[in-house]
Amino acid sequence: MTDQERQVLLTELLSRQNSGGLKPKDRFEIPPQEMPEQDANARRRNVSEVALGYTETQARIEALRCLQCKTAPCVQGCPVRIRIPDFIGAIARGEYSRALDIIKENSLLPAVCGRVCPQEVQCQEKCTVGLKFKDVSKAVSIGRLERFVADLGRNHAAVPAVAPATGRKVAIVGSGPGSIVAAADTRRAGHEVTVFEAFHKPGGVMVYGIPEFRLPKAIVQDEIETLRKMGVRIVTNFVVGRTRTIEQLIKEDGFDAVYIGVGAGLPSFMGIEGESLVGVYSANEYLTRANLMKAYRFGSGTDTPIAVSKKVAVVGGGNVAMDAARTAVRLGAEKVYLIYRRTEDEMPARVEEVHHAKQEGVEFHLLQSPKRIIGNGDAHATAIECLRYELGEPDDSGRRRPVAIPGSEFRIDVDTVIIAIGNQANPLIRQTTPGLEFNKWGNIVVDENLRTSMPGVYAGGDIVLGAATVILAMGQGRIAAATINADLAAKRS
Amino acid sequence: MSHRIVGKRELGPDVFWARIEAPLIAQARQPGQFIILSINDDYSERIPLTIAGANPADGTIELIWQRVGKTTAELADLDEGDEIANISGPLGTPTHIANFGTVVCVGGGIGAAPLLPIATALKDAGNRIISILGFRSKDRLILEADFARISDELIVTTDDGSYARKALVTEPLAEVCGRDPKPGHAFIIGPTIMMKFCCGVTRKFDVPTQVSLNTIMVDGTGMCGGCRVEVDGKPKFVCVDGPEFDGHRVNFDLMIKRMNAYRQQEQQAYEQYRQHRCRIGLDG
Repeated sequence: MTDQERQVLLTELLSRQNSGGLKPKDRFEIPPQEMPEQDANARRRNVSEVALGYTETQARIEALRCLQCKTAPCVQGCPVRIRIPDFIGAIARGEYSRALDIIKENSLLPAVCGRVCPQEVQCQEKCTVGLKFKDVSKAVSIGRLERFVADLGRNHAAVPAVAPATGRKVAIVGSGPGSIVAAADTRRAGHEVTVFEAFHKPGGVMVYGIPEFRLPKAIVQDEIETLRKMGVRIVTNFVVGRTRTIEQLIKEDGFDAVYIGVGAGLPSFMGIEGESLVGVYSANEYLTRANLMKAYRFGSGTDTPIAVSKKVAVVGGGNVAMDAARTAVRLGAEKVYLIYRRTEDEMPARVEEVHHAKQEGVEFHLLQSPKRIIGNGDAHATAIECLRYELGEPDDSGRRRPVAIPGSEFRIDVDTVIIAIGNQANPLIRQTTPGLEFNKWGNIVVDENLRTSMPGVYAGGDIVLGAATVILAMGQGRIAAATINADLAAKRS
Repeated sequence: MSHRIVGKRELGPDVFWARIEAPLIAQARQPGQFIILSINDDYSERIPLTIAGANPADGTIELIWQRVGKTTAELADLDEGDEIANISGPLGTPTHIANFGTVVCVGGGIGAAPLLPIATALKDAGNRIISILGFRSKDRLILEADFARISDELIVTTDDGSYARKALVTEPLAEVCGRDPKPGHAFIIGPTIMMKFCCGVTRKFDVPTQVSLNTIMVDGTGMCGGCRVEVDGKPKFVCVDGPEFDGHRVNFDLMIKRMNAYRQQEQQAYEQYRQHRCRIGLDG
């Protein structure tokens, strides 16, 4: 469909809408709007964003596909309960800033969530339109619409109002998505808020992990700037547990509440032979070098090196594995293999990321898993030996358990291996905070309001949930902030 | 917050000392811990350096480093009054200080710098301290007086015999370990290859040995795992599990190879920096 045709379609739809309205049947006939994206070959050689965002015409056409269900099943699918039909209705009417206001009632980072939320297993999975077609890819593109209004509003975002000073001090540990929300919400209540970040730059996983081509860093920077404008103090190079302990923050530095949002932050390895060879990375390290330190510009303004790879194997099937594989493509690898021990159906990665990775030439090796990594005399990785797998009975996660086929070993020649099989809880807070209760996986134990076992200490995000998503972390940041605000108000009265 | 250099000296060829403002780190640091710094902006390299000393009262820490690549050269080109953009720390698990009776402390080259606070703490804990310091040559000698002050016995060696005893540190270490009674513990810090051979000696005499490793790191808080070494065949993170490990269990050969992972790029960056420096006339 050309722009011209789209414009004609929109004009027609709007006139029908105004004269008697569109019936569900009419709406089902509106073609789902694809989002323009960079050509797959071109983007293999740059780090610019892949998905380019809807035009205004596309957004309004897509918004008109929404049935405005009274029951709003999509809202039930949203971890932060955004009033989805209402904001989509506003877009259909051309009231974009109204749409953004509705989203911002529940989500502080729409430009981020519109890009990285797994909508196909959240709001869009429940969408009546998708269910009607028995195809979630035909659901109303809620995420793309969210992104559209968020991007439109980016340059004139108002700084949220801050209540009169309460004289209470809140420390936020970590500066990822959950912490940003917790900081904003506690600051809005009038508390003096300080965010402590271990790295030299705030943003957490949104700056070191998620690549530029999926989430431009300028967007994250904007969100951090908004916090600063609200009067939140952001302290970098501050490792809570080491620079100051949580106990010191409370007893010596006068903080009345501490929110721990440090993320998971300790990469898992497989425990196979050869994992410490040169050329073997955790996805965290590979992505941090590439994203945070911009290793792809090594020698021209940046100083952090990264492997110069020809053949790369990425192990894992989640979003991080896709990010690593697609980053390797952009760093110039000739071959990038993605090795996953189940099938594509079981992959935790978003459908869109899998699709983009394939478009960019990542080769999927499914039902395979590494047995060992082989190196040369210099301890450089030269090959990965894999076993073939088949799917057996479902396991505890409900996914069919992969079972190795004995004797099926084979080798793939590679010079770089990236392990992207998830993270465990970082032990730093545990080792340095005696009073805090942890579960057997090292995650912090909290009640439903995200209070920990230590008075005045709250926690949320991956350090509580295990590895989760940006939106779940944000949801927890919001709950924790509400609890902190309530607890501090009760203390005052 | 950036960090001002309040004192700087060249201790010998390619070896530098600086005192730097970092009040929170000065207050919190314990022997055995390190910092990660990056000099300029968001994209300058992050390198780990062990803390050689600290003064909580005036809020400064001391660093001693060797000029081996771009970042250490850039650091060496800074002067009193200049600022370092980012210093994060103190990182790593502090040294376990106890009374072992007699302790032998072995420092190779600038390894003597991180060894000094550990040896001092061990002395304060009631240990008898035998220090062995080894240097390539007389002009590279550092901290001799400091070690003399806290040691019950001090042995200095040079590779070329230009000062004190001509030997590698393994030689006096074997003699000390062969005494009766043998030392209760050894602490060894220096170049990886030297730690490897020293551990060979202490293993032979069955003297429990701590080494402090200084591997390649990015975040220094356990997030990336780039610093991992094999200890007893299992991967351990130097930044959170270390930097100190039982030297008899570390796979030094693999560690040396991992340390060379970026040698080519590091040389390229250093070369570029030196040329740039020449062009702007810093090299006179």
